[in-house]
Parts: sequence; C-alpha cells; structure tokens
Amino acid sequence: MALSPTPAPPPASDPVLELRGINKSFGAVHVLRDVDLSVYEGQVTALVGDNGAGKSTLVKCIGGIHTADSGEYFFDGAPVTVNSPRDASDLGVEIVYQDLALCDNLDIVQNMFLGRERRRGWVLDEDSMEQIAEETLAGLSVRTVSSIRQRVSSLSGGQRQTVAIAKAVLWNSKVVVLDEPTAALGVSQTAQVLELVRRLADNGLAVVLISHNMNDVFAVADRIAVLYLGRTAAQVSTSEITHSQIVELITSGQTEALGPGAGRNGVNR
Amino acid sequence: MTSSVLPLADKSESDAPESPVVTHVKDYLARLRGGDTGAMPAVLGLVVLCTVFAIMRPRFLSAGNFANLFTQGAAVTVIAMGLIFVLVLGEIDLSAGFASGVCAAVLAVLLTEHGWPWYLGVLAALVVGMVIGLLLGVLVAKVGIPSFVVTLGAFLAFQGVSLLLVKGGTNVPVRDSTILAISNRNLAPIVGWLLAAATVGGYAALQLRRNRNRSRRGLSAEPIAITGIRVGTLAILVGLAVYVLNQERSRNVVISSLRGVPIVVPVLVVLLLLGTFVLRRTPYGLSLYAVGGNREAARRAGINVDRVRISAFVICSTMAAIGGIVAASRANSVDSNTGGSNVLLYAVGAAVIGGTSLFGGKGRVLDAVLGGAVVAVIDNGMGLMGYSAGVKYVVTGVVLLLAAGVDALSRRRAEAAGLR
Repeated sequence: MALSPTPAPPPASDPVLELRGINKSFGAVHVLRDVDLSVYEGQVTALVGDNGAGKSTLVKCIGGIHTADSGEYFFDGAPVTVNSPRDASDLGVEIVYQDLALCDNLDIVQNMFLGRERRRGWVLDEDSMEQIAEETLAGLSVRTVSSIRQRVSSLSGGQRQTVAIAKAVLWNSKVVVLDEPTAALGVSQTAQVLELVRRLADNGLAVVLISHNMNDVFAVADRIAVLYLGRTAAQVSTSEITHSQIVELITSGQTEALGPGAGRNGVNR
Repeated sequence: MTSSVLPLADKSESDAPESPVVTHVKDYLARLRGGDTGAMPAVLGLVVLCTVFAIMRPRFLSAGNFANLFTQGAAVTVIAMGLIFVLVLGEIDLSAGFASGVCAAVLAVLLTEHGWPWYLGVLAALVVGMVIGLLLGVLVAKVGIPSFVVTLGAFLAFQGVSLLLVKGGTNVPVRDSTILAISNRNLAPIVGWLLAAATVGGYAALQLRRNRNRSRRGLSAEPIAITGIRVGTLAILVGLAVYVLNQERSRNVVISSLRGVPIVVPVLVVLLLLGTFVLRRTPYGLSLYAVGGNREAARRAGINVDRVRISAFVICSTMAAIGGIVAASRANSVDSNTGGSNVLLYAVGAAVIGGTSLFGGKGRVLDAVLGGAVVAVIDNGMGLMGYSAGVKYVVTGVVLLLAAGVDALSRRRAEAAGLR
C-alpha cells in the first residue's frame, strides 16, 4: 500500500474502527469509491470534504442506515457486518446527526434515554434515569444547563448539541460520530462544543468530527481524513499538514506537498 | 437564552436565601408568562362560569343539579379522555362520537334483542371499539391517509352502521339493571366517604414516597409545603363534592331517597388514574409524546412509530365505546343519534379547553376532565337559563374556538420564550 509522504501520527494502538474499500451506489450514482477510514481511540478524526464528497453517505454506512455495496468494516480488529442502526449501537458506535433528533416537548433526561428507558416492571424508573443523566453531564463537565428536567425546547443551540452528544455518550459507546456539530452555532457556543468534543477524546473515546470549518478542525482534530468526489484523498496527522494543503485536497483531491499519489490512495497504512 | 442560564454551582447559591415555596411559585409564574398555561385557563373559566350561573340561577348550585353535571358530562368526558391519546400524536379522530354510538348500539341490541348478560354485552362493545380503532389506525399509519380524512369518512360510515343496527328511526331500550346503574344509581353515602378518603390518602402517600425516594438519591425534591398545599386542596375539593352529593336530592323523600355519589363518578376517576398512569409513568406513554413531538427522532430512537400510532387510535375508540355505554345508561336507550350531533365536538372541545394541544406533543388525561366540566357547565347552566339548543351550540362553538385560539397563541408565545 502506497504510503503518503507524511506518515500518520503514532497510531498508538490499532484503529478501533476501520473501513476498507467501501463502495456505495444509489442507482447510477457511485457515491463512495473504495473509501478507507481509520478511527483511533482517544483521538479526534476530522472528516472533511466539499459538498457532495460523500461524507454523509459514509457516516450513514458507519451508522448502519445504509449498507455498503462492498468493502470491509472492522471493529476492534475483527470484521463485522452492520446492517441497521441497532447493529451499530450494539457495537458501541453512536452517531449524532446534524438535525440532532431531539424531541422538543420532552425534557433532557427523557431525550437522553428515549427508546432505551430504564424501567422497574412496567413503570419508568425516572429517578435512576435522572441520576445517570446528571452523572453523565457532570462527567463531561457540562455546567451550562440549569435543570436537567427542563424541556429541550428551552435550550440554546449549543445546549441542544451538548444534550445530543451526552445522549450518544450515555451508552458506553466507543466511537462517536458528530455530523457538523457547530454548523448552526455562534462563536462562544462553538467553543463550548469543541471543548466538549476534545474532552470526549481525552476520556478515551474515538471521535469522528465532520466539519466544513477548517478552524474547528485544526482546533481539535488529531487526524484529518479528506474525501474528494467519493474517494479518500488523504488521511494525515493534523500536525503535519497546513490549512492551505487541506483546502487544496478538498477542492482538487491532491496537493503538491503530499505528492501526486496522494489523490488516489494517500492512505497512511 | 445562554445569558440567562446559570451554571449549576451558582444556582444553589443564588437560591439559598429564597424559601423553596417562593421559588416554586416564581417558576410557575415564569412558565405561565412563557405561554405554558397548563390547567389555568380551564380552572379559571370554570370558576367564572359557575359564579355567573350561580348568581343568575341559584338552582345551579343545588345538590341535584351538581349531581346532574356529572351524569350529563360523563360520556363526553370519557370520549375526550380517549381523544387525548390521539391528539398527543398530533392526529385527530372525528369519528369517536359515532364510534361510541355504534358500540352503544351493539350493546343495546345484544342485551335487549338477544338477551345477552350485561358483561358479555359490554365486552362485545369494547371489542367493537378496539376493532374500529385498529381499522382507523392501520388506515392512518400503514396506508398513510391523513387522520382527518380517515376519520371523516368513518364519521359518515359509522353513522350509517348505527342506523342499520337500530333499524332506522326506532330506538332500542336498555333494561339491564347493571348498565342502567352506571348513570342512574348512587353509591351509599358511607362508600362515597371511604372512596374519597382512599383517593386523598393514596395521593398523599404517592407524593410523599416520591419525595422521599428523590431526596434519598440526592435529587431535587418538591418542598414539603407545596406537597401539603396540593394534598390539602385535593382533600377539600373531594370532601366538598362528596358532602354535597351525599345530601338528599329527592323532591319527595317519602317515595324514594336520592343521595350519594353517582356511580359514574368512580368510573371517571378510575379511567382518569389509569390514563394518567399510562401517559406519565410508562415507556409507552413517553413514546406517545415522543412521536407527537418529533416523529423522526422517535423513529431513530428505535420506537416503532406505526405501532404507537395504531395503538393510540385503538385506545381512543375503546374509550369511545366506554363513553357509548355510559351514554346508553343515561338515556336508558340507544337510537341512531347516540354519539351524534354535538357529542364529538363537545369531546374535542373538552380536550382543547382543558389544555391539550391540537398540534400534538402536549396533553394530559386530566385535561379531558377539566374541559369536560367546562362544557357540561355551559350546557347545564344555559339550559337552566332557558336558552334554546341553538344558543347553546353557538356559545359552545365560540368557547371551543376561544380555547383553540389560546392554544395557538400560547404555542407561538412559548416558541418565542423557548418553552413549549
């Protein structure tokens, strides 16, 4: 396998989640072509690419909403098949979608446990859910909500994002994929959410961050994976690439510094 | 929003000098201003209406009329309780009125023309209600026809079924003493008191247990004073109602004594408790709110949305069947117009007046009782004042529109204030 000129960061361990040669077509449209992606514990892997590069489709393949036409899905080094969202969450892979999927009319605790409520017999175990939700938020050092019994409709965009992320973390997940978590946020809220993203990785989770904002990417990501027209253009360490090189990769699929080969299979393994 | 949100640590400090009761009242007022009106408009309306009617027609306050209110409003209230489940989803069931009529007709025909015992007749009526709900639910959830259209079609069809069952313009008398007892007989006064004591005692015990469990886990528990006020208010209201209902209502005591809580009241209370338990305390109830609030989020959370939607229609139509049985009991007979004319609109009106939103995601079974009381008071009070049915319809229609207007406006206000 051709190595990119700038070898990837020290993958201290093997990737917790690895995709190899993923293909996905919708009818005649070939959206993903031999895409590779490696995600490591304790690291934030940014997934970047222009509109239509296949980021969302790739995320849906990871999350089990789409099934890849071909390719391999490894989790903890073992090949697995993921055909439904349930399969993904059973593995410990949680996706926070861009539209968050929160119910405005329910409170924070109810949203965090939605569909997986704790119960005693037929009855909801409200108290233990509230306690666990509070512990989870405290564990993420979230101090911006005044009461976890307030309805989600009363929260700001950043707080909603926080709740959605906390919901994903609640289930002892190993991999959390965040689809554009800062897209609709103001400056200070973006900072809060990025801080939270960083904290997730520091707590040992593998985090995949999809973003259009290069400042965000360089602020928190350890590694960057670039998609260009459905192909993996590069997977590199953040410390070994510049802002302009990333932009070049996003817009043209290759960059001088990484050599001409990077555009086709500039993967780092 | 962000600026007004306090970090957790600061909150306990800033609240420390304030008594918990004051905080509680302040929270309530803030919610009220934010458009989360809760039961307030219905309770206020009830107080105003009762005051006006009591002044204009003192007989409105008599024990006899008070008992009448319950028996008059019971059927509509039960149908409204079922409608809450469908309204929480953001759907509507326009056929609930005639569904109750069909179930009542099934009951009456089986009892009177085929001599079935009452329990089999009731069972048959309930099964018919469930099947109706299943049919409506499948058409809405699986076929994908808007509930408005499905139930409008069913409204017409059930009217026809009702006509066919009672054979044209005749009416089918109900003579079974058990069925008639629901709306026409009363509990012995002592039984009324015992049930009242059990209700208040049970409520107090539940509240105290909840508070104890929460403080043991270190969660914020309701201040004891607020619990006391709530239990006390309930005790006074229930005690007063039972006291009045236990007064002698018969015009001629020598011929027959008429006192005690009408049997339909405990029936309503049991349905209220059961419905509230299902909506508030079970995962199923939560899934109803989730589907009503954000169907896509519910689907992604692994909730079987189709099944939840179908089940809500089944509950609604089954409650309509119970409402039909109550109506048959009150009228001593069933005709082709049972559950027809204003019954459905009164039921929808009761739910909306009580505070259930037509936009989905919000509603309590208690709303049906409060709203049902408002509708019954208007109907009863205006009858006492001697107004014709025409005027009553106009006034009830206006009140329904008023409640729907409050719903829409408070929703807009709540969106602006970030509450909904």
